[in-house]
Amino acid sequence: MLSSALAEKEFYVLKYILHRLLAMIPVLLGILLIVFTLMFFSPGNPARQLLGANASEEAVWQLEEQLGLHDGFFVRFFNYLKDIIFHFDFGKSYSTGHPVMEEVLSRFPYTLKLAAWSAGIAIVLGLITGIISAVRQYSTFDNVATIVSLIGVSMPNFWQGLINIIIFSVALKWLPSSGSYGPEYWILPAVTLGTSCAASVMRTTRSSMLEVIRQDYIRMARSKGQSEFIVIMKHAFKNALIPIITVIGNMFGSLLGGSVLVESVFAIPGLGKYMIDAISERDYPVVLGSVLFLAVCFSLVNLLIDIIYCFIDPRVIEQYKKEGLKKKNVAKEAVANEA
Amino acid sequence: MKHRTGITLKKRSQAGEIWRRLRQNKASMVGLVIIIIVILMAVFADVIAPYDYSQQNLSERFQGPSLKHLFGTDNFGRDIFSRILFGARISLKVGLISVFVSVAIGGTLGAVAAFYGGKTDNIIMRILDVILAIPGMLLAIAIAATLGAGLSNMMIAIGIGSIPGYARVVRASVLTVKEQDYIEVARSIGASDARIILRHIILNAMAPILVQATLGVAGAILSCASLSFLGLGIEPPTPEWGSMLSSTRQYISQYWWLTAFPGGMIMLTVYALNVLGDGLRDALDPRLKD
Repeated sequence: MLSSALAEKEFYVLKYILHRLLAMIPVLLGILLIVFTLMFFSPGNPARQLLGANASEEAVWQLEEQLGLHDGFFVRFFNYLKDIIFHFDFGKSYSTGHPVMEEVLSRFPYTLKLAAWSAGIAIVLGLITGIISAVRQYSTFDNVATIVSLIGVSMPNFWQGLINIIIFSVALKWLPSSGSYGPEYWILPAVTLGTSCAASVMRTTRSSMLEVIRQDYIRMARSKGQSEFIVIMKHAFKNALIPIITVIGNMFGSLLGGSVLVESVFAIPGLGKYMIDAISERDYPVVLGSVLFLAVCFSLVNLLIDIIYCFIDPRVIEQYKKEGLKKKNVAKEAVANEA
Repeated sequence: MKHRTGITLKKRSQAGEIWRRLRQNKASMVGLVIIIIVILMAVFADVIAPYDYSQQNLSERFQGPSLKHLFGTDNFGRDIFSRILFGARISLKVGLISVFVSVAIGGTLGAVAAFYGGKTDNIIMRILDVILAIPGMLLAIAIAATLGAGLSNMMIAIGIGSIPGYARVVRASVLTVKEQDYIEVARSIGASDARIILRHIILNAMAPILVQATLGVAGAILSCASLSFLGLGIEPPTPEWGSMLSSTRQYISQYWWLTAFPGGMIMLTVYALNVLGDGLRDALDPRLKD
C-alpha cells in the first residue's frame, strides 16, 4: 500500500515537472519574439556593419540578400528561430564577426561565479537576520535590521560598489578594486551585490516568519516542551519557506540585472561588462544575445524554484493532483498571493 | 451629525482616516517630508541654485565642500549642489512619468483581463508573463540600447518592465470587487462596461495601486540612475544623479564628495519613497500590519 502511494506521488511530481517544462515553451518563444523585435528595429544595417564602411553598395546589397534582410518581419523571425533551435546560432557580433553564443559562453562563467557568491551571501545573511528579527520582534536588533535593510533596498548597487572601493581598497587598502585575478578580487563585488539582495530576503523572511509564529501549531509545539530552537527552525521556518523561496527566485532576476552594473564598477570581464561594451559599439546582436541568454537562465531558475516548491510543500502536489495546472487555479493562486 | 441623545458622532471621511493612520507612522512622515523637500528642490531649482549647472570653472576644479560650494565642485569646476538640484528634476520627472504611464497601461490591461475573464484574461496575462520573465534591469538595458539614450527613451525603457506588476495588482483587486453586490446593481440599472470599470472598479483598486506606484517611483528613480550610470540615460551636460557618478568615476579615490553627494541623494529619495510606500500600505490596510 505504502509503496504504491509513494509511486503515485512520484508520478504526480514527474507530471508536474513535465507540465511546468511545457509551460515554459511559450514564455521562451515570447522572450525570443521580444528580443527579435528589438533587434529588428535597432538602428544600423548588419550587412554594412559586417563589411565595414568601405564596402560597395553592391556588396552590401548582396550580403543583405544572403542574410535574408530583405524578407518580411515574420519570415525573418522564423529564420531566427530556426537558426537558434536547430543550429544554436544566435547571430554574429558586428565588431568581431565571431558567433555571439561563443562569446557569451566564454564570459558567462564570470557572471555565474559572481551571481552564485552573491546569492550565497544574500541568502545566508537575509535568512539569519530575518529569522532573528521575527523571533525578537521590536527588539533593538529587529529595529536596526529593519532600517538597515530598507536602506539596503534604497541604495543603488553601483554606488554601494563605489563606496566599498573607497573604503576597502582606497582608504584601508585591504582588497583590490578591480579585475578578477584571484579569490580576493571577488570579495568586494560579491559583497556589494549580495548585501543589496539580502535586504529583500530579510524583509520577506521576517514578515513570513511573523505570520507563521502566531499560528496555533507553534503554540502547540511549545507547550509540548519542544526546545525553542526546534520550534523556530522545524515548525515555523519550514512553513514560512514558500514566500521566501519565491523572493529568492525573483532575486536571481535582480542579481543578473545587478551584475551588469557591478561588473562594470569592478571591471569583471563577465557577460554584463561585455554587454555594456557592446552597447557603446552598437553591437546589437551581442547586446540582445546576452539579454536573451540571461533571460533564459532566469526562466530556468524559476522552473527550478517551481520544482523546489513541490518538495517543500506537499500541498502543491495535492492541489495539482486534484485540479492540474488549470488556469482558474493559477488565477486563484495569484489572488491569494496578492491579497 | 447630531444624535437624538445629544452625543456628537464624528464622521470621518475614508481619506481622513487613512491620513490619521499614516500620521502615526513616524518613519513614513519623515519620508513624506524628505519627498516634499526633494520636490521643492526640483521645482525651484533655478531659484535656489547658486550657480548655473553647466557653468565650468576650471580654476575651481575639485573644491571640497565649503560655504561657497556647499557640496564642492567636480572635475570641470561645476558646482555639485546646483547640479544635484537640477538632477532632482530629471529623477522626479522620470520616476513620475514612467510610473504614470505604466500604471495607466498596466491598470487598463489588468482591469480588462479581470473584468472579461476567460480567454481575454488568459491572453493578456500570458503576454505580460513573458515581460515578467525578463529581469527588469536587463529589459530596460535592452530597450534603452535599441532606442538610444535620451529622456523619453529612458522612460519607455523603465516603464515597460513594470506594466505586468500593475496589471497583476489591478487584476487581483478587480477580481475581488467584481463579485460584490453593488456591481450587480450598477449593471442591472444599465451602466455600461466602461462606466462600471472606470467608476466603480478602478476606484476600489486605487489603494493597492497607490502603494505599488509609490514604491514604483522609487524603483524608477533607481533604474534611471543605473541606466545613466551605464551611459544609456541622460546625455551630459544635463545633470543626472547617476551620470554624475559615472562621469567622475576616475576621481573617486581622491575626492570623496564627488561620490558621496549624488549617490546620497539617490539613496535618500528612494529611501523616503520606500518608507512612505510601506506606511501607505499599513495605513490603507491595517490588517496587513505586523
